[in-house]
Amino acid sequence: MAKPGMDREARQGLTLIAPPFLYALAILAAPVLTILSYSFLTDGYLEVIGEFTFGNYIQVWSDPIVRAVLLRSLAVSAAVTVVTVLLAFPVAYYLSFVVKPERKSMWLFLITIPFWTSYLIRVFLWKVILGYNGVINSSLTGLGIIDQPLTFILYNVNSMVLTLAHAYAPFAILPIFVALEKIDRSLLEAGRDLGENRLMTFWRVTLPLAMPGVVAAVLIVFIPTIGDYVTPELIGGGKIPMIANLIQVQMLALDNRPLGSALAVTAMLVVAVVSLIFLWLNRRFLRVKQ
Amino acid sequence: MSGRSNGLRSYALLYLLFLYAPILLLPLFAFNSGTIIAFPLQGFTTDWFTQMWGNPTLRRALSNSLIIAVSASVMATCLGVFAARASTRFTFPGKGGIMGFIMLPMVLPEIIVAMSLLVVLLGLGVELSILTVILGHTLICMPYGIAILSTAFSSLDRSLEEAAYDLGETKWGAFRLITLPLVMPGIISSLLISFTISLDEFIIAFFLAGTEPTLPTYIFSQLRFPKQIPSIMALGTVLVALSILLLGIGEYFRRRGIARMGGKNGGGFL
Repeated sequence: MAKPGMDREARQGLTLIAPPFLYALAILAAPVLTILSYSFLTDGYLEVIGEFTFGNYIQVWSDPIVRAVLLRSLAVSAAVTVVTVLLAFPVAYYLSFVVKPERKSMWLFLITIPFWTSYLIRVFLWKVILGYNGVINSSLTGLGIIDQPLTFILYNVNSMVLTLAHAYAPFAILPIFVALEKIDRSLLEAGRDLGENRLMTFWRVTLPLAMPGVVAAVLIVFIPTIGDYVTPELIGGGKIPMIANLIQVQMLALDNRPLGSALAVTAMLVVAVVSLIFLWLNRRFLRVKQ
Repeated sequence: MSGRSNGLRSYALLYLLFLYAPILLLPLFAFNSGTIIAFPLQGFTTDWFTQMWGNPTLRRALSNSLIIAVSASVMATCLGVFAARASTRFTFPGKGGIMGFIMLPMVLPEIIVAMSLLVVLLGLGVELSILTVILGHTLICMPYGIAILSTAFSSLDRSLEEAAYDLGETKWGAFRLITLPLVMPGIISSLLISFTISLDEFIIAFFLAGTEPTLPTYIFSQLRFPKQIPSIMALGTVLVALSILLLGIGEYFRRRGIARMGGKNGGGFL
């Protein structure tokens, strides 16, 4: 790496970054590239045959089930993202503009704690809350409000959205909070001095300046949720698969690695394209505003 | 002003309640003597904890999880120290790209990491064990470690190291005697966070552990048996309590580190 023309500092920096970089190359990049190459190979019995083909992609993209699952995954993560960000924004605003500076880190700590506790257990607890004999149903029947347990609250897309929105809440609050903290408070006073009311100041000053945080929040919620495996399995009852469950079935249960790889690559492509479109739209939106 | 901020405040408190609702239910059912997870609660019991402790598979899962979490957090933190030092102290070509790539596992769906690693390991004929889980966990813990360590390293006053060089210390000597003690709270905080992440991680452990159980995969395997649910609740209570304890310690060290360097405490873990 060290070219003679490169200065000492760059050489030292590269030497230091080498161990973590090489680790990520070996454990992340190499496997992902393997998946990519597998997706163009042919599936044989118990092994992968080294014959180049586009067949896996043709099969994946023309399969109505795959298309339905992919659309469902997109719809669920889009819903989760919208719900999470909308619910999180007022909390981030409260933290940044109302809470006293010395109490901010306590609030942040309180908000992040649930995020660090077992994801699996949190998801399962939603099942306990929403289930047929769950907390909501047993309380409501116990109080005599309903005769029959409500069945529409578990094993459907809504309950999956609720569970995921709960799981990713801190992910949305933190970037928005950071963006709000960076806003120069005198700008808001200037807006008010120039005769804008509070709502218009928020709309024309605070919100545009908070947009980078909102964008980060959207991406940081959207990308992991689309690949979620546990929630469809537990909350969806295994009957409403998302793309991660489909990949797992192809790769392991059906042992068709090339097809599974093509699915995984397709999922990554979809996520990348959606993220890029979102970033592009946002950049346009912000430029128009200015 | 006050009316608006009161409204916001009630909303924020409701939001906290929503965040904590599932976790608050956990101990309720763990100490409830009824075998069905439903209200009204029956009576107080600690049987589920006893039952949990007497379970040999669970003990095996516990020791596996501890081995994995300790190894992964140490490896992730060591690698994180290199990355944090490099990114806060030096400029080098391709820095943005390299750092972005290293931080990628933070947002990449875990199923992608797990599946691609699994395919490669099976292709290479590597036998799945807790070792393969450690490899995966180190990868996903590293970005969190780097995020914490970068804060610690960036608030470091460079002139302190330069003073050490001027006083005749070698590079390594200055690092060991000056830098390391100053960033130590960050290192401890990174170790604790990585440990917590690894202990709770399910997807990678589920696919890469082979037949070895870890705590989350054990829990997952038991969830389909209604009889097992109360003792899973007990186990969950222990795990959540442990996570909160570790986070509390981590937060304490993080704040102490900031205070030691005379900085202002402005943020949380991320």
